[in-house]
Amino acid sequence: MVCLSLEELYKEVILDHYRAPRNKGQLDPHDVALERNNPLCGDEIEVFVKFDGENVGAIAFEGKGCSISMASASMMTEKVQGLTVKDAGELAETIKKMMAGEEEGEPEVLGDLVSLKGVVKYPVRIKCALLGWNTLLEAFEESGKN
Amino acid sequence: MSLDVESLRKDFPIFETQVHGKPLIYLDSASSSQKPRQVVDRMVRFYETEYANVHRGVYDLSERATAAYEGARAACARFVGARDPRSIIFTRGTTEGINLVRFTWARANVKAGDEILVTEMEHHSNLVPWQLLAQEVGASLRHLPVDDEGLLRIDLLDEYITERTKVVAVSLMSNVLGTINPVRALADAAHAAGARIVVDAAQAAPHIPIDVNELDVDFLAYSSHKMLGPTGAGALYGRLDLLEEMPPFHGGGEMIREVFPDHSTWAEVPHKFEAGTPNIAQAVGMGAAVEYLEGLGMGNVRAHEKEMVDYGISKLEEAGAKVYGPKDISIRGGVASFNLDEVHPHDMATILDQEGLCIRAGHHCAQPLMRVLGVPATARASFYVYNTPDEIDALVGALDKAKGWFA
Repeated sequence: MVCLSLEELYKEVILDHYRAPRNKGQLDPHDVALERNNPLCGDEIEVFVKFDGENVGAIAFEGKGCSISMASASMMTEKVQGLTVKDAGELAETIKKMMAGEEEGEPEVLGDLVSLKGVVKYPVRIKCALLGWNTLLEAFEESGKN
Repeated sequence: MSLDVESLRKDFPIFETQVHGKPLIYLDSASSSQKPRQVVDRMVRFYETEYANVHRGVYDLSERATAAYEGARAACARFVGARDPRSIIFTRGTTEGINLVRFTWARANVKAGDEILVTEMEHHSNLVPWQLLAQEVGASLRHLPVDDEGLLRIDLLDEYITERTKVVAVSLMSNVLGTINPVRALADAAHAAGARIVVDAAQAAPHIPIDVNELDVDFLAYSSHKMLGPTGAGALYGRLDLLEEMPPFHGGGEMIREVFPDHSTWAEVPHKFEAGTPNIAQAVGMGAAVEYLEGLGMGNVRAHEKEMVDYGISKLEEAGAKVYGPKDISIRGGVASFNLDEVHPHDMATILDQEGLCIRAGHHCAQPLMRVLGVPATARASFYVYNTPDEIDALVGALDKAKGWFA
């Protein structure tokens, strides 16, 4: 069970990805691009995916928002690159369930992402952590690949 | 005389509460205020000793309930300088008050091709109803701009108020910038063009003395929950001659004079606009909040908040924050929206929460204004009668801590 204080959560996990986001920027060419925002706080994100057969060949994101939303999206792009669309979709669902407190999540599947569990203690911030993941799921749906 | 903040804080039981093991520091009164024991007790006493439906029973208890309810109406009228309590309609809050004007006076008077003037700093509650009306009747919406300092461009009024303008909708005080708008000048310009002015006083009523006659406004809406009263209550002031000629809002019991199978006639103002059993206890609580504020003196409330916002702005700027809105505190209420370059407002609000500090982060229900300011969100600290300079020091201390995390 991960039990980070807020300070640890920020310092050990979030800030690394927030300061040096992975796969940030436009992805061209791409097969699907989808923009979503969190109407409550104004955070914005756009997720770009280029498929390689049934796999996520390349993925990138653009966005403006708080450190949790941007760091979570950055971690997501690292994690799902190369996965099949099916596995990436399942991972996104797992993350959503984990944030809803419905599932613990297997540490070996989650890897670094397990630290996102620290956000569960801050219910109003769960939407921030899920903005990228929800957008990815919708992008898969839009592409017809899921 | 000024406010004795230390002693009045004892009226607010919530300040005995701790958050994350720290004393509560509540800097979000612009969103909703805390409630003094006097207001809560008044509602309890009403439920326990005076409660019945109003304007219906012939028995004594109903008379007592009606007297309490109508007494609250008189208090709400007095609070904004309205001479006749009949010019006050009880609502659920400012949003309902503005929507009432939209569905009654405005729907009957705004036609295709007419113009509705709002401002760039309106809260969604004084913008979206007018968007809906414009779409419904084919009118067009114009937006009076805000300048770099957060003031309305009233120098452009001649251009923005035309013979086609039918409604001018403006807030008396901005919930984001704190700007206190020159509503009298807008009212004069509106009236000169034959338009009516609708004022959102949700932010102003709790914090500055208001006189609807001095402002010469046609409608003015305010909410109980931001001024120490309960949720679910609000007041809409309307000029009596306009209220008399307006069609009703909701149909139902209480608002009728006589009902026939296919038509009805309407009760007298203001009951014509109060269909169904109202939020009686909440209205009584709102009346108690008015009395509490009158006891403090609205001039003293305003003086205290001027000191608080003056101190708050200077401390926030010292801490490296960008503070939005006018620097001239004579036209600024107790609101300080700000951003720190290093820390996103949402991260800031979460980190401050760990210190027991409640601030707001986001777009403050004013997305068009956020676009004008060129920011997706801001943090906002807002001050009320119970806040102290020490709490501002605590805020700045917590901001330094947040900056440290992100450094």
